Amino acid sequence: MPALEELEGAYRDSRSDADFHRELLQLQKTYIGRPTPLYFAERLTEKLGGARIYLKREDLAHTGAHKINNAIGQALLARRMNKKRLIAETGAGQHGVATATGAALTGLECDIYMGSEDIARQSLNVFRMRLLGARVIEVSTGSRTLKDAINEGLRDWTTNVRTTHYVMGTVFGPHPFPMMVRDFQSVIGREAKKQIIRAEGRAPDYLIACVGGGSNAMGLFYDFLGHEEVKMVGVEAAGRGVYTGEHAARFAGGSIGVLQGTKSYLLQDDDGNVLGTHSVSAGLDYASVGPEHAFLRDKGRVEYTFANDEEALEAFELLSRMEGIIPALESAHAIAEAAKLAPKLGRDKIIIVNLSGRGDKDVQQVARIKGIEL
Amino acid sequence: MTRIGKTLKVLHDDLRKAFIPYIMAGDPDLRRTAELVDVLEDCGADIVELGVPFSDPLADGPTIQKAAQRALQNGVTLSSVIELVAKIREKTQIPIILMTYYNPVFKYGEERFVSDASSAGADGVIVPDLPPDEAGGLIRHARKAHFDTIFLLAPTSTDNRIRKVAKASAGFVYYVSMTGITGSKLSMDLSIESHIRKIREASEKPVAVGFGVSTPEEAAAVARFADGVIVGSAIVKRVGGSESDLRKYLLSLRKAIP
Repeated sequence: MPALEELEGAYRDSRSDADFHRELLQLQKTYIGRPTPLYFAERLTEKLGGARIYLKREDLAHTGAHKINNAIGQALLARRMNKKRLIAETGAGQHGVATATGAALTGLECDIYMGSEDIARQSLNVFRMRLLGARVIEVSTGSRTLKDAINEGLRDWTTNVRTTHYVMGTVFGPHPFPMMVRDFQSVIGREAKKQIIRAEGRAPDYLIACVGGGSNAMGLFYDFLGHEEVKMVGVEAAGRGVYTGEHAARFAGGSIGVLQGTKSYLLQDDDGNVLGTHSVSAGLDYASVGPEHAFLRDKGRVEYTFANDEEALEAFELLSRMEGIIPALESAHAIAEAAKLAPKLGRDKIIIVNLSGRGDKDVQQVARIKGIEL
Repeated sequence: MTRIGKTLKVLHDDLRKAFIPYIMAGDPDLRRTAELVDVLEDCGADIVELGVPFSDPLADGPTIQKAAQRALQNGVTLSSVIELVAKIREKTQIPIILMTYYNPVFKYGEERFVSDASSAGADGVIVPDLPPDEAGGLIRHARKAHFDTIFLLAPTSTDNRIRKVAKASAGFVYYVSMTGITGSKLSMDLSIESHIRKIREASEKPVAVGFGVSTPEEAAAVARFADGVIVGSAIVKRVGGSESDLRKYLLSLRKAIP
């Protein structure tokens, strides 16, 4: 608790500090490469034969995913708090890479916790983190995925709290993390709003984003929440199907619970133990979901649906072939939903899909699934 | 006054300190846990802490994590631990504290948990991932049922937090010896003494110290300042070995704690 209070205080101070803002803006522009483009996916739109589909190209941000927006923000904050070391959890490895990058940029030490199952399926990102000077610590307890990496990260933070800042990678965990990560990611929606108005002269009809912890979705949605005409869809991972028990669809298959300092929808058994999850995408393979998503769902502001492994893999190939963009398997879940929704809408409708990351990291795994030896 | 409060008061009046061992309920199975409570009492335990297994034990080190996994594999749940307490209570009056994470309690229902646990004969609860700020409901139900809620303080706790935690705690205040998880290495510096002094300035409630106490020497050193010494991982580690070694170890701790 004292660490969370310290963090909240430091974060609030940073928000009213013009120098902090200036540095963050400068890095967004010259280091991350913001604003990322809003791209009209013309061939995909034609192929689906319905709504006009725009892609918010977070895959073009430095390190290849939206995770960098938050990691750089928190790295600057950690330096401001005089912390010597950054730690983080990672599922797909994107947040680990982003945090290792932030640590290299600010000259801080860095340790990344990653489940052994995720290390096996995301070996490219493991090597990237090491190249960036981070230590990757294997977590082989529990389900050996993201949830357990967060457990270990929080245990480390509890132990080394005086010198270490824990860079939570998503809109989850105890306050102030969900708020802080949302704020750092909300640049996505702020840019997209300006860009779509420039391109189409109006707000979009739909926003679609995948939801693991929910940071890319919250980043896109947040600035549009006040625009009631904009409908929003969050896409969870249905894994092998929501009725198989092997999925990560918390809204479809979970109930309210408390995990890792957060009250939200949770996949749990009748005794309150957390259930195992499955998704082809490591970044969505998580038993709970950011609490603000739970709020938006219960309020009816955002609709949450799901795409299964097979649909995500199809979307992965669809976008690669139609647009020459290989999406991350996480983002492919959002593309899968767009492929279902767009044909049902008129050609005058506009959809923005958050292309949260690029798929280079997933190429080996997809080849493996398809039985192709590289 | 609860059984915990009475026990600590009797010890205090006698100038003695409490020995509070922890074991994981259902490791290796529930029947053995009941026998182990007898062993603990036999070897001089004043209060027993029973761990409730949870899938994501954030505050625990590898020893207790593994014990929890073994218990979960045996199908042990919060309900079965409460039933176990009722069985243990038929034979002994030793105070029993449940140590559980919040989600099982939340799922069970706070009010129902307090009611079932206290009627089974448990005397209090420690929920390491529930700060007093979020525990209003649990505390309210617990006070009505004369069921103790024990909250944790750490070396990083501010004065403000010490006051808040001490106020919310009933039975005793749990001082976590270091920043870290259960079973870590204890660092015997002067900070334990000065922190406990601070807690005593804020509250008259007894203070027990846990996390990282494993040798009789450490137990003796901690007992100089605290009203009670909690030993968990080091005992859990020995539960899997022979009973005579376990007894020998428990007796050595008891001897070290005045």
